[in-house]
Amino acid sequence: MASSGIHTRIADLSQVVYREIRVVIFRYQEYGEYTVLLLKHPTTNPIHGWWTIPTDRVRETDVTIAGAMRRIILENTCLELPGDHEIRQIKPISWRIGDVVNTQLNFVIRDTSTDMVEIDRNEFVDYQWVEEERLDSLSIPRGTKEIIRQGFRFCRLRPSVPESKMSLKLLARSGLRSQPVATTRIIPARRWSSSISQRPGSDSVRFPGAVNSKFTSEMTFLKASDLPAIPTYRVMDSDGYQVDKTRSAPDVTDEEVLTWYKNMLAVSVMDVVMFEAQRQGRLSFYMVSAGEEGITVGSAAALTPDDVVFAQYREAGVFQQRGFTLKNFMSQLFANCNDTGRGRNMPVHYGQKYPRIHTISSPLATQIPQAAGAAYALKLQDLQNPNRDPRIVACYFGEGAASEGDFHAALNIAATRSCPVVFICRNNGYAISTPTLEQYRGDGIASRGVGYGIDTIRVDGNDVFAVNEAMKEARRLALSEGGRPVLIEAMSYRVSHHSTSDDSFAYRARVEVEDWKRRDNPIIRLRKWLENQGIWSEEQEKETRDEMRKAVLKEFSEAEQEKKPSLREAFSDVYEEITEEQREQMAELKRILETYPDEYDLRPYKDGINGLD
Amino acid sequence: MASSRTSLRSLAQAPRRLYSGAPTPAAKLNLPIDYKTTPILHHTSSSLSNTSDYPAGATSKRLNLYQAINSALRTALSKSDRTIVFGEDVGFGGVFRCSMDLQTEFGSDRVFNTPLTEQGIAGFAIGAAAEGMKPIAEIQFADYVFPAFDQIVNEAAKFRYREGATGINVGGLVIRMPCGAVGHGALYHSQSPESLFAHIPGLRVVMPRSPAQAKGLLLSSIFEHNDPVVFMEPKILYRAAVEYVPNEYYTIPLSKAEIIKPGNDLTIISYGQPLYMCSSAISAIEKTMPGVNVELIDLRTIYPWDRQTVINSVKKTGRAIVVHESMINYGVGAEVASTIQESAFLRLEAPVKRVAGWSTHTGLSYEKFILPDIARIYDAIKQTLEY
Repeated sequence: MASSGIHTRIADLSQVVYREIRVVIFRYQEYGEYTVLLLKHPTTNPIHGWWTIPTDRVRETDVTIAGAMRRIILENTCLELPGDHEIRQIKPISWRIGDVVNTQLNFVIRDTSTDMVEIDRNEFVDYQWVEEERLDSLSIPRGTKEIIRQGFRFCRLRPSVPESKMSLKLLARSGLRSQPVATTRIIPARRWSSSISQRPGSDSVRFPGAVNSKFTSEMTFLKASDLPAIPTYRVMDSDGYQVDKTRSAPDVTDEEVLTWYKNMLAVSVMDVVMFEAQRQGRLSFYMVSAGEEGITVGSAAALTPDDVVFAQYREAGVFQQRGFTLKNFMSQLFANCNDTGRGRNMPVHYGQKYPRIHTISSPLATQIPQAAGAAYALKLQDLQNPNRDPRIVACYFGEGAASEGDFHAALNIAATRSCPVVFICRNNGYAISTPTLEQYRGDGIASRGVGYGIDTIRVDGNDVFAVNEAMKEARRLALSEGGRPVLIEAMSYRVSHHSTSDDSFAYRARVEVEDWKRRDNPIIRLRKWLENQGIWSEEQEKETRDEMRKAVLKEFSEAEQEKKPSLREAFSDVYEEITEEQREQMAELKRILETYPDEYDLRPYKDGINGLD
Repeated sequence: MASSRTSLRSLAQAPRRLYSGAPTPAAKLNLPIDYKTTPILHHTSSSLSNTSDYPAGATSKRLNLYQAINSALRTALSKSDRTIVFGEDVGFGGVFRCSMDLQTEFGSDRVFNTPLTEQGIAGFAIGAAAEGMKPIAEIQFADYVFPAFDQIVNEAAKFRYREGATGINVGGLVIRMPCGAVGHGALYHSQSPESLFAHIPGLRVVMPRSPAQAKGLLLSSIFEHNDPVVFMEPKILYRAAVEYVPNEYYTIPLSKAEIIKPGNDLTIISYGQPLYMCSSAISAIEKTMPGVNVELIDLRTIYPWDRQTVINSVKKTGRAIVVHESMINYGVGAEVASTIQESAFLRLEAPVKRVAGWSTHTGLSYEKFILPDIARIYDAIKQTLEY
């Protein structure tokens, strides 16, 4: 790390610790000048009033460490460092906490102008200096005054601190033993635990939990209903025309749009066949995604193959758009030996290794915090390997799942750890029978994102262009400034039953559903657009649907006849290796199957009884 | 979590497509349970009134398990204004129809939908119970109770102990949940996590075997005990098991096992749906081995459990098998078997055998091979008798 200098490109820094930087100002005794130290610290914003130090992470746009320092100082002090400031690296230090070795790059900022100004001690009225007489006589470089103000504002010292040098006071405040200044040691960045100072006459709150909150003598409760609803972004109206004629057309080729359309259609055609197949008893279960094809296809189209997806169970369109084949779909649905899930999961619990979509898990919302963790992993890996294109995680879930604690945990942790993850909430109005009114209050799921400090947008889920554009931008945002979460709430209506196990007319009016089907639908809307553009016709529609239906039926019957995986797969993968206990159980099962051959039909299983060997 | 909340009704119905190996036409043991003739259920009202658990001379009608739960909830809501019923999708009747019509009858203040949050549901129920209500909370599937584990284990179970002399407790709290495999529930609609709760002192863990048992045990859980109850309903029985159920209020004591078939040569201890398979296996063995007489015990309450009934039975028969659906490892069978071994060692003629799910997850295609079936129980009886 000694090799890192201020002109080191951030992209070239191999260690993650350098990415996050804290600004502290103190007197650097050895040189007799005021210095700015940038310390690595995982804090996302400068929290004025906390006993912390103006701080920020290094961003992609900073390019160099010097750039980061300039920007952080500017943002925290409104002071632009002119060219006559010199920034140089001084001795780096390391310290150990338990097994962790922390390293810190230290830099000095020095004003090269010789012009010195006197500090007015009244400006520091709410700080108790140990050596007030020293402060009185202090002179500092012009232009650095504000930096010092900001810095010292967070560096209140207690009279009991015995050390006389300002830099030592900083150390003492942290509870560490004072050290000789000349060693340039600085304490590990940490959140100060001392009490908060409320400056007399201050007009804003300086409590640790609130930032820049003005005091008011007017008692007003915020009412969610008084706030304007978050608007819904759309590009195309329900007749398939661009809403805002003044903007440019969506930035996609006709070919791409046709692919989207066909993918949406494919999911829809498959849904019809498989729903019917379940009704005929050829499949134990199925879930259609009618009405939500625009959200899944439109968003997945904005991802790169290296991006990672966590989904819920109504995202067949994401699988379709990311290259999951009909054979893959059918193998999973029939739990046959070609199913990557090894015949273990309920139908529609698809999974794909690359482009990665983690295998669907039935419990709701469990994937959301996992997505945050996965995004963090991608972020660290991509920092460690700057040559690869940065990746994000896309995480899908329904508005019902957003009631689970996991959703809230996920947003909070993703925000605090600055994870490059895009959360996509499919708000389709129903969680099985429960309408949104009984699911949540407030302005949808989008308002939750804002509450967690996450960039949020609401889009019209029936408008594939709006979804796609929002996702593209969300992806860009997620990768900016070192990574951050984004929330998209895509509005739709679940025109289908929850699943084949559900009859939704028990809890909602048929007319309501029919009305939605007729009024708006992502497929019909995009079809209108394509027809308006003159790139789609009735004949193409009919021909494509027929072809798709035939293809589905072909793969359907092939998959249905395929053997189930071997019985061994009942026991494998619980642990990396089958345990000794399981091995005994497999032997016992085999003995039972051999003793009572009439009681079991092993014909559907690959390798029959030998599967247990 | 309603999860793929796949299931809903279909999970309570016989699977239309058999994902697990179906028995061959020559099968004699692994035949589907004939719920119309099984001796486990009361097929006539007279057989019901001969049983001590049920009120004498009561009127009764034929109900399946979900209707019996519905009847118990209706009885509870009528009996006390303190009773409230809630959970995901409970308003329209619940995905398994257990709360059907109750919202219309008792109003949405007392019967209502909650947001989709199990920890919220459990915590809400605990708070309401602590302030004197009798909350009956529904977790849509036992597979989705785990977010509520903290509330149940750290709060409900420890509430009275923590409060000490204040005397405050969460009596009246019942957390209901459908459990067990149905043929196509795979990893997340098949689990039976009773042993996880039975490990926690402070909780009563109950699993009824039939509609009439369910109503009596549920009402007992609500009104007769001041302890939090985890009430697990084998969802395969919701529609399949039909029997005469008393119309009025009655209770069946918790922590009291029942000998549902007396015998002298071997004791089978089980609970919930596997009792039906045990019953079939017993008929088969008693046919193939004339003179053999097997005793069948329904634990009913899994914890705190009726040790004496079990020990006394095994002291009499000298042989014991424990049967349950969930995994064998660290399961209820381990506890029961070791208690028998400690208390009746000198009377044992054979090792206590466990017939339970293998130590794996319930993979969709393999359910039939993972969970206990009649052939495995039959084999265990035979081996234990011939030991």
